[in-house]
Amino acid sequence: MHRVLIRGGRVLDPASDRDEIADVLLEGGRIAAVGSGLEAPGAAVVEAAGRWVAPGFVDLHAHLREPGQEYKEDIASGGRAAVAGGFTAVACMANTQPANDDPSVTDYVLDRARQDSPARVYPIAAATKGLAGEVMTEMAALVRAGAVAFSDDGQTIMDGGVMRRVLEYSRLVEAPVIVHAEDRTLVREGVVNEGPVSTRLGLPGNPAVAEAVQVARDLLLAELTGAHLHVAHVSTAAAVELIRRAREQGIHVTAEVTPHHLTLTDEATLGYDTNTKVAPPLRSAADMHACRRALADGTLDAVATDHAPHAVHEKEVEFTAAPPGLIGLETALAVVLDLVRAGEIAPLELVRRLSSNPARILRRPGGSLAPGAVADVVMVDPELRWTYDPAKGWSKSRNSPWAGRTLQGRAVATWVDGRLVYDAERGVLAP
Amino acid sequence: MIGRDLLGIEDLERADLERILETAERMQEVGLRDVKKVPTLRGRTIVNLFFESSTRTRTSFEIAGKRLSADVVNFSPSSSSLKKEESILDTARVLDAMAPDAVVVRHAVAGVPKRIADVLGAPVINAGDGAHEHPTQALLDLLTVLQEKGRIDGLTVAIVGDILHSRVARSNIYGFTKMGAEVRVAGPPPMIPAAVETLGVKAFSSLREALDGADVVMMLRIQRERLAGAYVPSIREYSATFGLDRVKLRYAKDDAIVMHPGPVNRGVEIAHDLADGRPSVILDQVRNGVALRMAVLYLLAGRRSPAQEG
Repeated sequence: MHRVLIRGGRVLDPASDRDEIADVLLEGGRIAAVGSGLEAPGAAVVEAAGRWVAPGFVDLHAHLREPGQEYKEDIASGGRAAVAGGFTAVACMANTQPANDDPSVTDYVLDRARQDSPARVYPIAAATKGLAGEVMTEMAALVRAGAVAFSDDGQTIMDGGVMRRVLEYSRLVEAPVIVHAEDRTLVREGVVNEGPVSTRLGLPGNPAVAEAVQVARDLLLAELTGAHLHVAHVSTAAAVELIRRAREQGIHVTAEVTPHHLTLTDEATLGYDTNTKVAPPLRSAADMHACRRALADGTLDAVATDHAPHAVHEKEVEFTAAPPGLIGLETALAVVLDLVRAGEIAPLELVRRLSSNPARILRRPGGSLAPGAVADVVMVDPELRWTYDPAKGWSKSRNSPWAGRTLQGRAVATWVDGRLVYDAERGVLAP
Repeated sequence: MIGRDLLGIEDLERADLERILETAERMQEVGLRDVKKVPTLRGRTIVNLFFESSTRTRTSFEIAGKRLSADVVNFSPSSSSLKKEESILDTARVLDAMAPDAVVVRHAVAGVPKRIADVLGAPVINAGDGAHEHPTQALLDLLTVLQEKGRIDGLTVAIVGDILHSRVARSNIYGFTKMGAEVRVAGPPPMIPAAVETLGVKAFSSLREALDGADVVMMLRIQRERLAGAYVPSIREYSATFGLDRVKLRYAKDDAIVMHPGPVNRGVEIAHDLADGRPSVILDQVRNGVALRMAVLYLLAGRRSPAQEG
């Protein structure tokens, strides 16, 4: 039986609140043991001194673009980018072509994933047919096919009546409904955060209140229906506050925040770099700090990348015409480690928000190093300095605001099902 | 000092503005000659890259270039990347391969001149980008005020209209504040940009208060499609509250001048009889535009490249 002994690393296991130097033994695709001085004759030994050993990261929010836009990304390249970034599972959004609003598309995504992706792939199905915000999808059939959640993502459901029915119906399948909470009638043409920066740039502003208004509506509908609402990429202090209060009232809400909203502000857009154009937009410093505090105190449950690949030529256009989004799977860890270095969050808590919390939100295994748990594991060098060159990355796309930047911290080995799928020296090894 | 490009007034220091204005004053003399041409830019190629049509600004740059003996080429690609195959930056790369000495860029979307400057070897002059900046307009406005008032320091300038969508307003805010004037902006609240006070101006929703004691009243051109209800209810209501006539002008100083970047919507933002002649200086602005653009072309396109210097 295939055995791997990861020896002497700092083991960070949110499931058991463990943060100590220990060995981890993987055996037959499961965690076999965690402890000091483990003996494992015949096991492949990996020395992990100075490294972190943690459950593999689970990304709640990525766009893998397959089927339909394989020139931007596909399940193979997205899966490789994931494991290179320490993610052992990726939930992929439904805005493919065709949209994942039918079990045949879910089947296709899972079939490609089995053949091509070193990371687990969890399809998020559309909440409404064709992402049109009118008729809900066949949620029961989609869940049977393997869908883990429902979302129209950027095609925010503006019709409150439809949203109410989607939330009600989702209780039948006990899957979260994920919302890109921006009131499109308030966003209008807005492409950058409304404030001093939009005024200086002369670009149409997207007001922070567009997010808060929509979050408020969806929280009230979640309360009414008792459904599990998951708020994607929270970007404003106002939305954080609404979610905090809803949580106190017992509303079933979870929420994620992206590495870019945790570390960049709208000032990153001052040079009109379209790789900083994202939806929701990069916000003010006050919003960014509110999101950082909320991640630390648990109001925001998870870090999710919103990995959104776009081709170079699609971004080489007017700022208003460029598609929003940036890639994040390979840089997420290094970027959010900034919060650890700033003393704002403990390593164990950061790992919880990258692994066990997102796994719990999706009701999937993972996020645990307990004996018997699936052997999805990442080894991290938190100090390693490296310069990010998207052209040499695993994603097909290059639209990153961190291109050319020196980052600190990186996944150096990733195991899925006990199998080494990524190694910093050799790259992606499987499938 | 002035950089390679002229993308906006925000990037410039007061000394840069003064240098450009002094150069423009010298250029004015050329326009008064019988033969209005000097050989300064002979053999240099200037491309007017206008993605957005603007006959006035393009003509002004063209005359400025020709008075300096440059070869001026007009290039007007179809308006946006959405409508054509080639991306904005590909257009810039193609142009760069033809080795122009300066490129004058006009585009309906903010930021395009900056993105083009990032990939182009030649200096880029922004001739207006969306609601961002229109630096040569602000410079010619500074020149006009300087000639009228003899100074800019200590003056009070009121800019009135659709500040939100105005590149002229932004460039003039930067220009006049850097030169020591007090700048006020006034318009219907939906047309005042968020956090406009961070630009160093005071915002007013009362025309009377904004004009009180002003030395310069600058009326902005209003886009008629923005008067259809989204920002203000109607042209009539806009004109009644923010249109300038001789009665409202009395709020300003007795010797206040009236400016407008043109083209004027007579009877909307400015009364018919106020657009022609004193206290309006609208045609002086146009006249100064040519000299000012000659100065900018001379300062940027007249530089020798490192390769030429060998």
